[in-house]
Amino acid sequence: MATYSTNEFKSGLKILLDGDPCVILENEFVKPGKGQAFNRVRIRNLKSGRVNEKTFKSNESVESADVMDTDMQYLYYDGEFWHFMVPDTFEQHAADAKVVAEAKDWLKEQDLCQVTLWNGQPLLVAPPNFVELKIVETDPGIRGDTATGGQKPAKLETGAVVRVPLFIEEGEVIRVDTRTGAYVSRVK
Amino acid sequence: MPTSPASSKGLDWRPAASLEVLRLRARLLQRTRAFFDARGLLEVETPQLSTAAATDLHLESLVAQRPAGPRLGWLHTSPEFPMKRLLAAGAGDIWQLARVFRGAESGRRHNPEFSLLEWYRVGWNAGALMDEVEEFLQAVGNGGEIPSSARRLSYREAFLAYAGFDPFTADTYAIGRALVEHGVSMPDGLGDDRAACLDLALATLVEPALDPRQPTFIHDFPASHAALARIRPGDPPVAERFELFLGGMELANGFHELTDAAEQAIRFEADLAARRELGLVEPPMDRRLVAAMAHGLPGCAGVALGFDRLVMILAGASHIDEVLAFPWGRC
Repeated sequence: MATYSTNEFKSGLKILLDGDPCVILENEFVKPGKGQAFNRVRIRNLKSGRVNEKTFKSNESVESADVMDTDMQYLYYDGEFWHFMVPDTFEQHAADAKVVAEAKDWLKEQDLCQVTLWNGQPLLVAPPNFVELKIVETDPGIRGDTATGGQKPAKLETGAVVRVPLFIEEGEVIRVDTRTGAYVSRVK
Repeated sequence: MPTSPASSKGLDWRPAASLEVLRLRARLLQRTRAFFDARGLLEVETPQLSTAAATDLHLESLVAQRPAGPRLGWLHTSPEFPMKRLLAAGAGDIWQLARVFRGAESGRRHNPEFSLLEWYRVGWNAGALMDEVEEFLQAVGNGGEIPSSARRLSYREAFLAYAGFDPFTADTYAIGRALVEHGVSMPDGLGDDRAACLDLALATLVEPALDPRQPTFIHDFPASHAALARIRPGDPPVAERFELFLGGMELANGFHELTDAAEQAIRFEADLAARRELGLVEPPMDRRLVAAMAHGLPGCAGVALGFDRLVMILAGASHIDEVLAFPWGRC
């Protein structure tokens, strides 16, 4: 099993803590003069998503987590699992609801997502930053109202509900930022 | 095969520090030299490479080795030992700006190679030397950045005020509880290492609580943290050691120096025994220092000040890389 010394700590490094894969967000080396040195790190548990502070004695070794981010194409949902494929190798992975989490509201078949694998198993799914989705349900558009800045809810083909400008019609395709859930523009 | 320019492309050859900061460094060096010159201290130069090395548990000396041969020696972590040999030889008050090396120290406030300003005053005690450190800061500061009066707190007062426990009596459990209450997790394997628990509390509870603009001396350390300081008998006995904090960092460390050769040898041996127990490298102790002390080291106080950190404070830099032309990673 590969290990990292605290000397190699830096943000982005994936380590195993109490059996869970974690990513280091911040690392600070502290050493009182002539005293014991420590690494204080902020880490995110990749399974639970929780952020914690943790202190290590410097020069300790920590197991690395075999975690890899891979771009995969979303294929389909079979009622229980979401299926993804690595485009180059056609290798397929199935992820359950816990792994897909909020990403499922943005997943459209054929779209490329980032799937984080841990020991070859999907751990997290991140949708593309921007997706183009069709509106399946919204109040009728108010023609020409591009100035008042009013908004209304609109349901997208994937199930997500976003706020859109009043002039947008049902059946239109819009561009959405999945990190904020905000409407970006109309797609012609 | 000749090195093609293409293979060097994208390498960060440029200095990390701005030219403005490098000019500030040069001015600070001139003022430093003027300060010690005006006070009659002798500027000395001592070797960086030695057959002996520091035995401190928490200092890692780097090794110098011939490319295809045996070890030549050790790079010093501070110029303390040879400077004390000069004191024993009757040099009187001395100072030096030394480039020193400490392995495995790298971070926002650490670079493995750095500049240490170290000076010794014969016949002085810790209190008098703290006064002079304050005067030095006033003399070299650009004016205004460093308040003129420093605060002085004993180690015990500082811990009672900011960590919520008495560092001379609290057990590791009480220290651990105080750390966790302040949101600092206890590292695995700290166990019953009381000295290391105090180090963590100093770095995470006390140091961040001090006003970064106010020079603050913490003095009278527990005997477990004496290093090379004299221990003043009492209840409890305290090490006549001080540390200066400024800009949220430890800036200087000073001692009323231990002069007893036998006690010095005992401390070296104790360090090496502790290293053996932990499976750490046991560097050769400096027997020439012990010999010099046996000949007679005059009573003196000495201090080492992180020169790069002083530049950081004067330049308003938050990372040590901003004050080094070429920090580790660009060399």
